[in-house]
Amino acid sequence: MTALSITILAGFLIAILAPFLTRLMKHRAAFVLALYPLAVVIQLLALQRDTLTAPSIQFPWVPSMGLWMTFTLDGLGFLMAMLIAGIGTLVILYGGEYLRDDPHLERFFLWVIIFMASMLGVVTSGNALVLFVFWELTSISSFFLIGYKFEYESARAAAWQALLVTGAGGLAMLAGLVLLGQITGSFEINQWMQNPNLVQESALAPAAFILILLSAMTKSAQFPFHFWLPNAMEAPTPVSAYLHSATMVKAGVYLLARLFPVLGGLALWNQVVPWVGLLTLVGGAMLALGQTDLKKLLAYTTVSSLGGMVFLLGLGTPLAVKSAMLFLLAHALYKGTLFLVAGGVDHSAGSRDIRKLGKLAKLMPFTTLAAGLAALSMAGIPPLIGFISKEYVYESTYYYSNLPYILTGLAVLANVANVAVAGWVGIRPFWQQPEQKDEDLHPHKESVWLWIPPLVLAITGLFMGVFIQGAAQTWVAASTSAVLQEITKVKFSLWHGITPMLLLSIFTLIIGIVVYLTSRTLIPRLAACWKKLSSVGPNIFYSRSMRAFLSVAGWQTKILQSGYLRYYIITIIVTTVTLAVITLATRYGNLPNPQWTQPRFYDVIFIVIIIISALLVTRAESRLATITLLGAIGFSIAILFLLYSAPDLAMVQFAVETLTVILFVLVIYQLPKYTKTNYPIHANALNIIVSVAGGIMMAGLMLLTSAIPSNSTLAPYFMENSLPLAKGHNVVNVILVDFRGLDTLGEITVLMIAAIGVFALLGLKKGSKGGGNS
Amino acid sequence: MQRSIILPVATRFLMPLMLVFSIFLLLRGHNEVGGGFVGGLVAASALMLYAISTSPSALWRLLPLDPRFIAGIGLLISLFSGFIPLFYEKPFMTGIWIETPLPVLGKIGTPTLFDLGVYVLVIGVVVWILLEFAEDE
Repeated sequence: MTALSITILAGFLIAILAPFLTRLMKHRAAFVLALYPLAVVIQLLALQRDTLTAPSIQFPWVPSMGLWMTFTLDGLGFLMAMLIAGIGTLVILYGGEYLRDDPHLERFFLWVIIFMASMLGVVTSGNALVLFVFWELTSISSFFLIGYKFEYESARAAAWQALLVTGAGGLAMLAGLVLLGQITGSFEINQWMQNPNLVQESALAPAAFILILLSAMTKSAQFPFHFWLPNAMEAPTPVSAYLHSATMVKAGVYLLARLFPVLGGLALWNQVVPWVGLLTLVGGAMLALGQTDLKKLLAYTTVSSLGGMVFLLGLGTPLAVKSAMLFLLAHALYKGTLFLVAGGVDHSAGSRDIRKLGKLAKLMPFTTLAAGLAALSMAGIPPLIGFISKEYVYESTYYYSNLPYILTGLAVLANVANVAVAGWVGIRPFWQQPEQKDEDLHPHKESVWLWIPPLVLAITGLFMGVFIQGAAQTWVAASTSAVLQEITKVKFSLWHGITPMLLLSIFTLIIGIVVYLTSRTLIPRLAACWKKLSSVGPNIFYSRSMRAFLSVAGWQTKILQSGYLRYYIITIIVTTVTLAVITLATRYGNLPNPQWTQPRFYDVIFIVIIIISALLVTRAESRLATITLLGAIGFSIAILFLLYSAPDLAMVQFAVETLTVILFVLVIYQLPKYTKTNYPIHANALNIIVSVAGGIMMAGLMLLTSAIPSNSTLAPYFMENSLPLAKGHNVVNVILVDFRGLDTLGEITVLMIAAIGVFALLGLKKGSKGGGNS
Repeated sequence: MQRSIILPVATRFLMPLMLVFSIFLLLRGHNEVGGGFVGGLVAASALMLYAISTSPSALWRLLPLDPRFIAGIGLLISLFSGFIPLFYEKPFMTGIWIETPLPVLGKIGTPTLFDLGVYVLVIGVVVWILLEFAEDE
C-alpha cells in the first residue's frame, strides 16, 4: 500500500516533468508517460486483498491538529482505481496520437496526469479532508482540460461553467464533511463507518447529508446540475472519454457509495437519492434522443447512466448496490470505447454529425469492430457485460418493495433510448449510407493508435461478459462488500433461464430498434421540442444568474472604486476611525490612564522634524519636494525605531524608504507636469478633519496599548523557546522564518502576485506602444 | 544632460560592498539584527544604484536571469525548504538543522534556506517592479 500511495503521488511530479518530455519527444512522449498509469495498474493487481479488510497507511500531515494523510484501498477504491489507471493508460496513448500536431500537446499531458493522480487520490483517501483536496484538484484539472482549446470562446465558457458548478458543489461538500467531522470528532472516514449511529442520531446529519448530496449531484451531473456535462464536450475527445464519461463524473457516485455506510441509514436517503437519480436517468435519456452530434449523444446518455447509478445507490438494497457497481464497471468500458471511437471518426471523417456520416466500415475496420462491440454492450446484448448489467438493473427495480412496476417501466424507457443511441453512434456511421451528402468530407484511413485503445476497451468488455465469473465478479463482490460493510456474495451468470428480466430485455431491444430506425423523423421533432423547453432549463438559469452576478459586481465596483487615491485613503481612515471609536465606546467603560514617559531631547529633535516636514508637505510646490519631505519623515521614524530598540524594524524602514524614493523618482519622469490644484474650502476642511481624526486615533490607541498591562503569554513563550526550539537568538527573525513561517510563505506569495499585478498593469500600457523591456 | 562622473565611479565600489553586506545581513539574521527580507532590500538597492548610475538596460544585461525568474526561484526555494522535513517524516516546515556549524556560514538549517528564498524573492520582485517603471532615456 505504501508503494502504491507513493506511486500515485509521484504522478504530480511526473505531470510537472511531462511538458519537458513532450518538448523532447513530441507526441511519442505518450509512450513514456503511459507507464505511470500502467505502473499503478500492475501494483493494484499485485495487491492481495481480502473482501473487507482494507490496507491503509498514514503520513503525518499536521499531527498537532490531528490531521493525517490517510490512504486506504478497499474493494470500492480498487474498482475505481482500476478504471482510472486502466483507461488512463489507453487515453494517454490515444491522446498522444489524437493531438499529435497540436501545439499545446504538453498541456494535455500535464493536466491529464495531474487529473489522473488527483482522481486516484480521491478514491484512495481515507481522510475526508484529503479526499476534499484531491476532489478540488480534479475540478481544476477538468477546468484546464475543457478549456484546452482556449482560443475558442465556447471552450472558455464551458470550462468556466464546469468549474463554477462543480466548484460550488465542492464547497458544499467541504461544509458537509466539516459537519460530519463535528459530529464524530474525526475526519477519518473509517471512524465514521465504525460508528454510523453516532451520525444518524445527530440533529446535524440531515444538513450534512444534503450538502454532500449537492456536491455529488454537481460532480456527477445530476438534474438540475446536468447542463455542464454536455457543454464540457468542448474538450478534446480523449478528455471527454476519460474525465467526462469514464472517471471524473463518477466521483459523485463514488462519494455516495463511500458514505453509504455512514449516511445510508438516514430516512432522507431513501426519500431523496432515488428520485434525483431517476429524474436524471429518464431526463438524460430523453434529451439524448434529440441530438445529432456523436459526442452530445454520448454525453446525454452518460448523464442518464450516472442517474441510473445514483438511483440504484439510492434504493440501497444489496441487490441494487451490486447492480450499481456492475453498471459502473460496464458503463466505463462501453462508454469509454464509444467516446474514443467518436474521436477516431471525427479525426478521419472530419465530422461528428450522424446525419453526414456513413459507410466508414471499409476505411476503418478496427474502429468499426470496437464501435460494434461497445454498441452491443450498451444496447444490452449477450454475451457482453452491458447485457448482464442491464439484467441486474431490471432485477433491482422489479423486486424493489416500493412501486416496482413504475420504476421498472422508467428503467426500460431509459434503456430503449440507450439502444437507439448505441445504434446511432456505434453502427450507423459505419454501415449505413449517410443521410445528407456533404462534399467537403473526405474520410481517410484510421491511424493505429486511434483504434488500438478503443478496441482494447471493447474487447475487455466482451471478455468480462463472457467470463463474467472472473475478474468482474470478484471486483464487484469486493466493492459491494465495501459499500455495504459486510461480506457479500456475488454470483453473476450470463444465462438465468426465461425470467421476467430477459423478457424485458427483449422488449427493450425491439422498441429500441424501432426508435433507431425512425431517427430521420424522430430526432428533428424531439430537438425542436427540447429547444422550446430549454428556455426554462437550468442552463438559462445559470446564464441569467451569471449576468445578474456580474452586474452586481459592476455596480459595487463603480461605487467603491472611484480611481482617486485620495478617496481611497479617506475611506480607509474614516472606516478605521469609526470602527475603533465604536469598539472603544461599547466595550470599555473606563479606560486606563495613559502613562507618560519623559521624552529624551534627541527624541524631540526627530519628532519636530517629522511634524515640520508633514506640515511642509501640504504646502509643497513640486513633486520632488514632496518626495524629499516624505523621505525625511520616513527616515526620522526609522531613527525613532532605532532609539526605541527595534533595530530590525528600523533597518527594514531605512531600506524601504530608500527604495520608495527611487520608485517615486522613476515614476515622476512619466507623470504629466505638476499642477497645483486649489481645492475648494470645504474639500480642504474635510481633508483636515479626516487626517486629524486619523492621527488622534492612532496616537490614542498607542497610548492605550502602552497603558494596558500586557497579559500575553506569546512574548515570553517566543523569548524562552527561540533558542532551544528554533536555534536562533534573534527572536524577530525566528518568528518570521520558523514559528510563523507559514505566514511568511503566504506573504511572499502575495508579494509575488502583487509584482505580477504591477507587471500586468504596466504591460497593458506599454503594449500599446509596442514591446516591453526584455 | 551632462552626467556626473562621481556616481558611476562610486557605484563601482559601492555596489559590490552593498551586495556583500546584504549577504552578511541574510546570514546573521537568525542570531543578530538582519534577515532575508532586509538583506534582499539592500541587495535590490545596490542593483538599483547601478541602474540609476549607468542605465536600466545595463542592469538588464548585468542580471544573469530575468528578475521575474529570480522572484519565482526565490518563492520555489522557500516552498521547497518547507518540504524537506517531509523526507524525515516530520510535518511541513519543521526546522531541521545541521548540528555542526559550518565555517563562515554558521549554523545551517531549513529556516536558513527559507530565508534565502525570501532574500532572492525580494531582490527579484523589487528589481522587477522598479525596472518596469524605469525607462531608458
